Amino acid sequence: MNIIVLIKQVPDLVEELELDSSGKDLDREWLKYKVNEFDDHALEEALLLKEEHGGTVTAMALDGQDIDKALYAAAAKGADRVVKITGLEGNPSNHEAAKAFANAISGMDYQAVFTGVQSVEDRDGQLPVLVAHYLGIPHVSVVSGVKIEGDKAVVYKEYGGGMMAELEVDLPAVLGIQAARETPRYVPVARVRRAMRSTEMEEVSAGDVSGAAAGSEVARMFKPETGQGAEMLEGSAEEVADKIVSILKEKGIV
Amino acid sequence: MKVLVVAEHLNGKLEDITFEMLGKAKELGTAEVALLGHNAKDLAAQLGKADSVIYMDSPELAEFNPDTYSKGLKAIVEARQPDIVLVGNTSMGMDLAAALSVDMGMPLVAYAIDVAADKVVSSLYGGKMNVESAVSTPFIASVLAGSFPADAGRGEGSPAVEEMAAPDFGSVKVRFKQLIEPEGGDVDITQQPILVSVGRGIQSEDNLPMAEELANKLGGAVSASRPIIDNKWLPKTRQVGKSGLKVKPKLYLTLGISGAPEHIEGMKDADLIIAVNTDLKAPIFDYAHYGTTVDLFDLVPALTEKL
Ligand SMILES: Cc1cc2nc3c(=O)[nH]c(=O)nc-3n(C[C@H](O)[C@H](O)[C@H](O)COP(=O)(O)OP(=O)(O)OC[C@H]3O[C@@H](n4cnc5c(N)ncnc54)[C@H](O)[C@@H]3O)c2cc1C
Ligand SMILES: Nc1ncnc2c1ncn2[C@@H]1O[C@H](COP(=O)(O)O)[C@@H](O)[C@H]1O
Repeated sequence: MNIIVLIKQVPDLVEELELDSSGKDLDREWLKYKVNEFDDHALEEALLLKEEHGGTVTAMALDGQDIDKALYAAAAKGADRVVKITGLEGNPSNHEAAKAFANAISGMDYQAVFTGVQSVEDRDGQLPVLVAHYLGIPHVSVVSGVKIEGDKAVVYKEYGGGMMAELEVDLPAVLGIQAARETPRYVPVARVRRAMRSTEMEEVSAGDVSGAAAGSEVARMFKPETGQGAEMLEGSAEEVADKIVSILKEKGIV
Repeated sequence: MKVLVVAEHLNGKLEDITFEMLGKAKELGTAEVALLGHNAKDLAAQLGKADSVIYMDSPELAEFNPDTYSKGLKAIVEARQPDIVLVGNTSMGMDLAAALSVDMGMPLVAYAIDVAADKVVSSLYGGKMNVESAVSTPFIASVLAGSFPADAGRGEGSPAVEEMAAPDFGSVKVRFKQLIEPEGGDVDITQQPILVSVGRGIQSEDNLPMAEELANKLGGAVSASRPIIDNKWLPKTRQVGKSGLKVKPKLYLTLGISGAPEHIEGMKDADLIIAVNTDLKAPIFDYAHYGTTVDLFDLVPALTEKL
């Protein structure tokens, strides 16, 4: 069972988001990046399956901001290979990124591709389904939990209200992972440093991604109007607590 | 403008997102609903607001299946040539929209909160930024739940229902096994008048008793955002949001929840929302009635003490 896990660096939303001078993108100069939280789950699920069934886990990403660190962290957690796709300039659309991944993956020996279910900046659609369609293999999104039974995977797809569908999928397939069965493992920085020295970073060219444009363009970005917004309660913890108590009393809640 | 709305149904029931998109489609032009299923034609009777319904029946479409539904939808879009296709940005819709985009070479704009003939506005970055895309028809937009009022898409009427034969599905690579209902939890959060809802800001499982104590004082229960459930600090039955439960309590008090669209979907109709979050820019404050940036670890003990 060889599993390829796609990993993406996304802006850390704890930081303030500012626009650049074009007004069409974030000002990325000071932006802090972190691994998409769902990718940690995708990697965890892949590592759990490797522990159960053997095989390899390959972490793959497009070249870009802070990506080496993220790939080495995956290696430290147990990924056997780390692969960086090079040659896509600027901010590729998700269609282009998906085509580049499909180009790189199609020649490899693999049974499954795991991605995070979505990220905070996939304007032209979620990547797992795009990759699957470029590869011509089946896909399931919003997956929490995967079991392997021979050349098939049994997956749990989440709907609303805590409802789940159990689906059986022929491998190879692409799965958009929402949550792993276990909380994603943590590795200390020292282990990541060791992985940096002992792991070879492979580079693969993105290949031809023409014909995979998003088909739309960003006209502008803007912060959502805050509607009426909340009435902000100012003061110390004691003062704010008093204000909340009087609001609750006034509304007859306490 | 010909708009095709992809109906979503689960367990024999049309989901709200269908009506939300149908209302918007009527605003944009003529609205046709694509209804795929098996012995599900009766559902068309609830689509009174539609100008027409195109119904595709097959045993292979009895339950949602990313493989057969994608192939069926592609056949419908090829036959009807709509200007705009509206799909839910939902668990089911995610498996359809991008597939259709590649199959038909049609642009896709996801996380749509507004749609017009030449532009789509998406809510990205966890609700912290809106992005307007310039598009031209034909295109696909996947619509975030709760963006348009469902009532605008509900109404009396009997739209013409046209049946279309399912295409040859070829070799089907995904098979539906069963639907798994959530296990009953200790507390039904949908029935609680007061919810103290904790998010990642609570930092550790060890801090949950603090929220429990506050909930007890208020006569309510503790609910949570998704990361708390994924960490297994609380059972799935306590999750509020897109893949959790929808709640409408008298009071929804959030502690350390940022207000991602997937969370907002589950609680925005609460009568009174009070948000505690140290980040003044957190989207939760757009939906809360009252808010404070006081640290929850200072506020909760003070508030519990005063109740
Ligand atoms: C298909 C899909 C379905 C999903 N379904 C759901 C769902 O049903 N429910 C759900 O909740 N999410 C769901 N999500 C996840 C969602 O996208 C967000 O990741 C999640 O809601 C974030 O949870 P949070 O607000 O607790 O965490 P964060 O976004 O990390 O926010 C934590 C907040 O705590 C604040 N904070 C930190 N420390 C303090 C402090 N000391 N005092 C006060 N505030 C503090 C921070 O400022 C921050 O805003 C889903 C995602 C996907 C892709
Ligand atoms: N540029 C990228 N590099 C690596 N992985 C990506 C990239 N874009 C998307 N992915 C993968 O696809 C998942 C879904 O992201 P999204 O592109 O937002 O749909 C991510 O969590 C990654 O697993």
